[in-house]
Amino acid sequence: MNIVNEIEKEYIKYEDIPFKAGDLVRVHVKIVEGKRERIQVFEGYVIAIKNSGNRKTFRVRRESYGIGVERVFPLNSPRIEKIEVVRRGKVRRAKLYYLRQRVGKAAQVKQRLK
Amino acid sequence: MRINMIANKVGMTQIFNEEGNVVPVTVIKVEPCSVVSKKTDEKDGYNALVLGFYNIKENKLRKSESGLFKKSNLTPKKNLKESRVLKEELDKFEIGQEIGIDIFKKDDWIDITGKSKGRGFSGVMKRYGMAGAKRSHGTHEYFRHGGSIGASAYPAHVFKGKKMPGRYGGTRVKIQNISIAAINPDKNILLVKGAVPGPNGGYITVSHAVKKHAVKV
Repeated sequence: MNIVNEIEKEYIKYEDIPFKAGDLVRVHVKIVEGKRERIQVFEGYVIAIKNSGNRKTFRVRRESYGIGVERVFPLNSPRIEKIEVVRRGKVRRAKLYYLRQRVGKAAQVKQRLK
Repeated sequence: MRINMIANKVGMTQIFNEEGNVVPVTVIKVEPCSVVSKKTDEKDGYNALVLGFYNIKENKLRKSESGLFKKSNLTPKKNLKESRVLKEELDKFEIGQEIGIDIFKKDDWIDITGKSKGRGFSGVMKRYGMAGAKRSHGTHEYFRHGGSIGASAYPAHVFKGKKMPGRYGGTRVKIQNISIAAINPDKNILLVKGAVPGPNGGYITVSHAVKKHAVKV
């Protein structure tokens, strides 16, 4: 194993990612306000998972008051307290950027039933 | 005391710091070196430590340097580098003594010297960041040029130092005041914040920052 991978390994929290593109997730993010720390939840569809090693990120999209909001989270960030999977999605591709063109009900992802 | 260490650039990655922020880092391998000889004021006119880096076989050694290792009875080293020190500091070191990564601490400021990647004969957009020309409105055969190089009858010549295409890169570059984001003494690994000149695997010189450490480190 090369040295860079070895260093990255120390920061990796998840060997297997607990979710896939299309899943509805709730991301619990630690937010520091001055000295106080609180947890904010961001709920939405995972529309992309990118990069590798400790640089892996995922992009979550949600609609907030009629406006699409996307956030990119570093998967291995210590600021992420917890990632809950609310619902599995049934999708046919890894990057769901087509959801950006859709609004309302069309922007939903079908549930995957096992 | 400021010691110049020859090191190896491994590559770049990113880490998370205590606050949970992402820090871009360059991975540097600093292997221990040993004091090969000393330069003294009486004999050489200045005080310096001569450090040897990277072991090599005896038959790979230059003849002119072989005497140095024969005298001190040390394993031959590939590279030699001097570090200027004060006279009192010189006495603290013995010939053969090892100096390793432990001279650096986390959050120390350092300077890094390296040889930048050679980019060959480059145009002005790459070499000096000029904007180039408009791509539309009838432009033809004039996209990546630098524009006018001067006026006409006066001054009747192109000024010296005018930025033009030419050889770019492959020169000695010094990056000052970058901080150590993390350190792993067991593996001889230094993680410094930001980029460092040269290709991955290239040799660089690491020392404490001249401008941040007014007092001798």
